[in-house]
Amino acid sequence: MITLLSHLRTAPLSAKIGMGMVLITLIAAIFAPLIAPFGETEIAGDVWLFSSSTHFLGTDSLGRDMFSRLVYGARNTIAIAFLITFLSFVFGVTLGFVAATIGGWVDQLLSRMIDILMAFPTLIFALMVLSVVGTSIPALIIVIALLDSTRVFRLSRAVAMDIEVMEYVEAARLRGEKLWWIMRHEILPNAMPPLVAEFGLRFCFVFLFIAALSFLGLGIQPPAADWGGMVRENAGAITFGIFTPLWPAAAIAFLTVGVNLIVDWALHVASGLKD
Amino acid sequence: MKKLLEIKNIVIEGQTSDQWVPIVKGIDLTLKKGEVLGLIGESGAGKSTLGLASMAYTRPGCRIASGSIVFDGQELFDGSASLLRSIRGARIAYVAQSAAASFNPAHRLINQFAEGPVQHNLMNFSSAEEKAVTIYDQLLLPDPEHIGYRFPHQVSGGQLQRAMVAMAMSCQPDIIVFDEPTTALDVTTQIEVLAAIKDITRKYNTAAIYITHDLAVVAQLADRIMVLRDGQLVEENDAREILAAPKEEYTRELLSVRSFSTKGNKDKSGNKVILDIKDVTASYTGTEEVLSDINLQIRKGQTVALVGESGSGKSTLARVITGLLPQSKGSVLFKNKPLAPKLKPRSREELQRLQMIYQMPDTALNPRHTIRTIIGRPLQFYLKMNGRQREQRILELLEQIELPADYIDRYPAELSGGEKQRICIARALAAEPDLIICDEVTSALDQLVAEGILKLLLNLQQKLQVSYLFITHDLTTVKAIADEIVVMLNGRIIEQGPKKEILKPPHHEYTDLLLSSVPKMDPDWLDGLLEKRILAAAA
Repeated sequence: MITLLSHLRTAPLSAKIGMGMVLITLIAAIFAPLIAPFGETEIAGDVWLFSSSTHFLGTDSLGRDMFSRLVYGARNTIAIAFLITFLSFVFGVTLGFVAATIGGWVDQLLSRMIDILMAFPTLIFALMVLSVVGTSIPALIIVIALLDSTRVFRLSRAVAMDIEVMEYVEAARLRGEKLWWIMRHEILPNAMPPLVAEFGLRFCFVFLFIAALSFLGLGIQPPAADWGGMVRENAGAITFGIFTPLWPAAAIAFLTVGVNLIVDWALHVASGLKD
Repeated sequence: MKKLLEIKNIVIEGQTSDQWVPIVKGIDLTLKKGEVLGLIGESGAGKSTLGLASMAYTRPGCRIASGSIVFDGQELFDGSASLLRSIRGARIAYVAQSAAASFNPAHRLINQFAEGPVQHNLMNFSSAEEKAVTIYDQLLLPDPEHIGYRFPHQVSGGQLQRAMVAMAMSCQPDIIVFDEPTTALDVTTQIEVLAAIKDITRKYNTAAIYITHDLAVVAQLADRIMVLRDGQLVEENDAREILAAPKEEYTRELLSVRSFSTKGNKDKSGNKVILDIKDVTASYTGTEEVLSDINLQIRKGQTVALVGESGSGKSTLARVITGLLPQSKGSVLFKNKPLAPKLKPRSREELQRLQMIYQMPDTALNPRHTIRTIIGRPLQFYLKMNGRQREQRILELLEQIELPADYIDRYPAELSGGEKQRICIARALAAEPDLIICDEVTSALDQLVAEGILKLLLNLQQKLQVSYLFITHDLTTVKAIADEIVVMLNGRIIEQGPKKEILKPPHHEYTDLLLSSVPKMDPDWLDGLLEKRILAAAA
């Protein structure tokens, strides 16, 4: 813990800014009811109002307070994106490590199955599956997590294959260690740096993916607020010169940039590069 | 004679986290035309850093902090980039330790040879090609007209190293810096490269800085030797004088390394047989045999040394014994019970009694585990030790391998190479084995450190009656510790028996070649040997 803190202190300015940006979004998400002046679905005024003292960022197509919805939207979007990324890593890393450690036909089978999944364009595949199973939040989470885990599988398999040939893994095998122990204790700690960096990147992608799905009407369902959906609901306004839909879009950009700034730093540290 | 290179009071610093730490602490170095200077020292002594500094170059993360480097009347310290560019490669060239890692695998040898002279506008490509053939010929590379058109992976290690020397000679430089050019080679190949280097530097009257940790190697080439330690000069003198009468204690230690040997070995031929290998044949592809008809016995408390060049099948035999490569024919008996060819069906007890120590302690220890986990895991795994008892045993083992108790919380990266190898030994000992396979355990270490490891292994053997199968290409090590010697060539055992018999003439032809190729601390050894071999070939 202490080393982590001292590590954070030595972080470059860009990473600190990134952390600040993520922290702001997290605070907004956690303390949403305290921060937001209006309720998530509360109709607070006229349609498409400009910024004013009561409506900090104006109102949306139904007259709901934009700022309040942004704050609540952070909750839905971040929580779901985090859960999806986490699940996709659980699936992807486990299978990737299994494939790399056992090798042979197990590796072939898993890899070819993943290839088949990856052969479909992700968005189209997700649209197809979601329109069959329905757009509930659990379905959304599982479908995206599975699709995303294919990428994680590829990475973790490649990383694990590099580690698997090291002599300390051979030593563990010769000791008679079981597969799980080798994966958990010999491979995982050494695979952490690239996986952590990938986690940050994947988080952004998932986030954008949900936004895209919401935009197409298959993501988080209204009236719940989520940033992608908010862009869609208000997109029409842009033709009238009202920039309300730009606010949720800006929020998406804000968090993505923030996470990426941290990831850049994490990658830098993980790859052991010096300036 | 005129001074070609004069380095004065040079300080080179390296960056650690946020501060600069001196690596070379104010050394003077001079080199005359045609002179060969040997730089000798252990790893971390700063010899490579100093060698590279002769062309005002430092590795990334290092800098030349102060001092002066005068080459042929020009100051190179703070020299402009264009000045340095005109000198590097053209007038001062560099030969790296591992040719395999230094050649670009995607280009033919001759293209890489020609790059220097063409870039420096010394000749066009076709004359560089002609020049290459001449130099390849002088370095006794086979088929000099065509070898240059091969890719680096198509020639052997020794040939590649000579091709690299050729590359350094391409611009006929005034100075060549050789950075351990033979360390990664077998003894027999080492001779070829040494002879080639000696011959060509004499022929062109090239000055050279020869960096090595092996005093016997440098003795063959150098006119003058500088002994370095921790970035400081220990001793500098004429090569013959330093070998005959070293002034400093440290130099004396380096010199005496090779004389260490076991004395008063008890005869162990009556002991119980631990490992019995019967008619073992193995192959990787199913068709080509890498091991044929291996018969070998190891007795309790005995050290059997398995000797041979790379590719002779020594490590493959270790893989067969450990179960990583199932044999196609024959059987391996461990304490009179046949071992399953594959690893999986072997019992935990069998795995426990047969341990392995690797060549590279860096890759044999998980960098993310503490010493406690590394040594503690076999205790927990095989002996079901936990908590206090395990902690106690780890400390005992640390004491046995002569490391302080507070190392228990360290990570491998916080240990030196020799200390890491000691941890590997402790990990093997933790399992309380009957047999330890030592795969080139000292070849990645400095000689003084390696000697410490060998002594430790011998002490442990006397205390614990453990047997060793000692795989090595280094005959000095064999002489020092073996009870029995097995010589392998091309996957077959060509000679085996007690150490005394094998080391006593008459030898098998190949054993003789191996034995005679080990450099001696005698400046005339190489010339004498080559002469003898030429005479023998003529007869």
